[in-house]
Amino acid sequence: MKTRIQQLGLLAVFVGTLIIGCAPATKPDDAVVAEPGAQVGTVGGEGVAGASALQGMTVSYDRNAINDPKNVLSIKTIYFEFDSSDISEDDTEVLKHHGKYLSLHNDVKIRLEGHTDERGTREYNVALADRRAQAVKRLLLFQGASSAQITIISYGEEKPAALGHDEASWKLNRRAELVYE
Amino acid sequence: MKHWFLMLLIGCFSLPAHAVLKIDITEGVEGAAPIAIIPFKWSGTAMLADSDITQIVNSDLARSGKFSPVAEKDLLARPQRPQDIHFKTWRVSGVDHLVIGSVDKTSADRFKVDFRLFNVYRGEQVLGYSFTATRASLRTTAHQISDLIFEKLTGLPGAFDARIAYVTSQQFSGKPPEYKLQVADTDGYNPQTLLTSNEPIMSPVWSPDGSKVAYVSFETGLSAIYTHDIHTGERVKMAAFKGINSAPAWSPDGKALAMTLSKEGNADIYIMSIKSKSLRRMTKHWAIDTEPAWMPDSKSLIFTSSRSGKPQLYRLSLDSGARPKRITFEGRYNANASVAYDGKKVAFVHGKDGLYSIAVLYLDTGLMQVLTEGPLDESPDFAPNGSMIIFASQDRGRAVLAAVSTDGRNKQRLALSDGEVREPSWAAERN
Repeated sequence: MKTRIQQLGLLAVFVGTLIIGCAPATKPDDAVVAEPGAQVGTVGGEGVAGASALQGMTVSYDRNAINDPKNVLSIKTIYFEFDSSDISEDDTEVLKHHGKYLSLHNDVKIRLEGHTDERGTREYNVALADRRAQAVKRLLLFQGASSAQITIISYGEEKPAALGHDEASWKLNRRAELVYE
Repeated sequence: MKHWFLMLLIGCFSLPAHAVLKIDITEGVEGAAPIAIIPFKWSGTAMLADSDITQIVNSDLARSGKFSPVAEKDLLARPQRPQDIHFKTWRVSGVDHLVIGSVDKTSADRFKVDFRLFNVYRGEQVLGYSFTATRASLRTTAHQISDLIFEKLTGLPGAFDARIAYVTSQQFSGKPPEYKLQVADTDGYNPQTLLTSNEPIMSPVWSPDGSKVAYVSFETGLSAIYTHDIHTGERVKMAAFKGINSAPAWSPDGKALAMTLSKEGNADIYIMSIKSKSLRRMTKHWAIDTEPAWMPDSKSLIFTSSRSGKPQLYRLSLDSGARPKRITFEGRYNANASVAYDGKKVAFVHGKDGLYSIAVLYLDTGLMQVLTEGPLDESPDFAPNGSMIIFASQDRGRAVLAAVSTDGRNKQRLALSDGEVREPSWAAERN
């Protein structure tokens, strides 16, 4: 588990990178270049201790960026602790980029699917999964995405990603998925 | 505790298109009353294997946990008329009650079914009925006989001649999963599929008169609550609001549905009039409020709320405007209430140390009793007579239905031949 200081350090390096504006790893398409705030860069950088999952990932908001496996926007699943809808700092960072992307492409629509693991009752889990998707939505809106771009569907425990009955499966199932439409 | 592994029902000879539930008694049956059910005498036709009344009554009574039918091979004699019964012999063998009966085929599709129940110690008949049945209704007649015997000997109305609703799901490699909403007799026979979908189906619940099932279906890609008439097939989409549409519960008079909606941004409980679809918001809290269950007097709801930080059960008076009152205090996870028809007991899911069990709370004393061992038991629903609770469980990683007597003494498993089965609801009456 990373310490908070390491996470803050990562964040600082990340913000710095954005400001300095590293060479674009992906060539933005014309529409995006024309828009203000369409920064391109990489997350993290050399020398960040305690590797984050985000370290070294590309940041760009061109239209196809969501399909680039190296882009931070390729992270489309957010994981949660049991009976919680709190979003980790790393995932908050990921969602900032998705929010930004949506704000720059206001014709793009996204479906947020909330899920839980199988423990606890099914209908409570539907409400819990809804809360997870709502928490994701709030962060997207905060970055300028609009409500009209976002649909939420809560499946509760009905659509597990992993079928086992142990923590290894459960942690993969406590999730919100961002599905670009 | 004595362990029984009786396989009471197998096969799907009459209904090859449907998967059939089979029932295993897994635990019991201390204190169960011994009863001898003499094989019914068939005349005018050979015994119809799928309508073996003797077998049906046997398994119904065994399932209740209150009776221990004598195995057919252990029967001392097979009297067919009252005058043939040698009570002294049965008394010596420790049998309390004895049933004899007959099935006569009287015309092409008419059967006359008689049965008599005897008290062995007093040496006299205590119950006797005659029924007319068709080929298709013979199983129903058998369940009615079980109900009559059960009621005569326990004082509680029987609940065998009723229907259960449940959801099944099956995974096929390379294909989307298949979800089915089914209704069946309480022994799993006569399954009827109301809905098949590649998207989840959830939360089936019977209307009080047993004519409709309300449920949640994701068939449009979003959740919606429907009511479905099991006879006409008529479906009505009741709620398809933005956010979740979840946890429908019929009011005792059948005129309203309590439900959970998050259209205002957070899961809260509403009551919808079935006729006008007008909504009344019952809770307004930042926490999760869901899983409403009506008290039989319709004056309050029991529901699950995370307002204390973890899910617990609360009771909300519908007219007073008072704040909901917390009713569960033991353990960190208490959710999904089912209220017994006497309004005195609440069954729910009790989570402790990572194990989810079925527990019962006695509302007058506040005492709680844990009935099952988990690890992942859920969706409890009381039988109409309050003597049993049907619930969803896991058996070696597979989702199955199970039932436990309300005193926790008797447990049984209802396994589907293939696929997973869950979220049982036991109809109050057959309609």
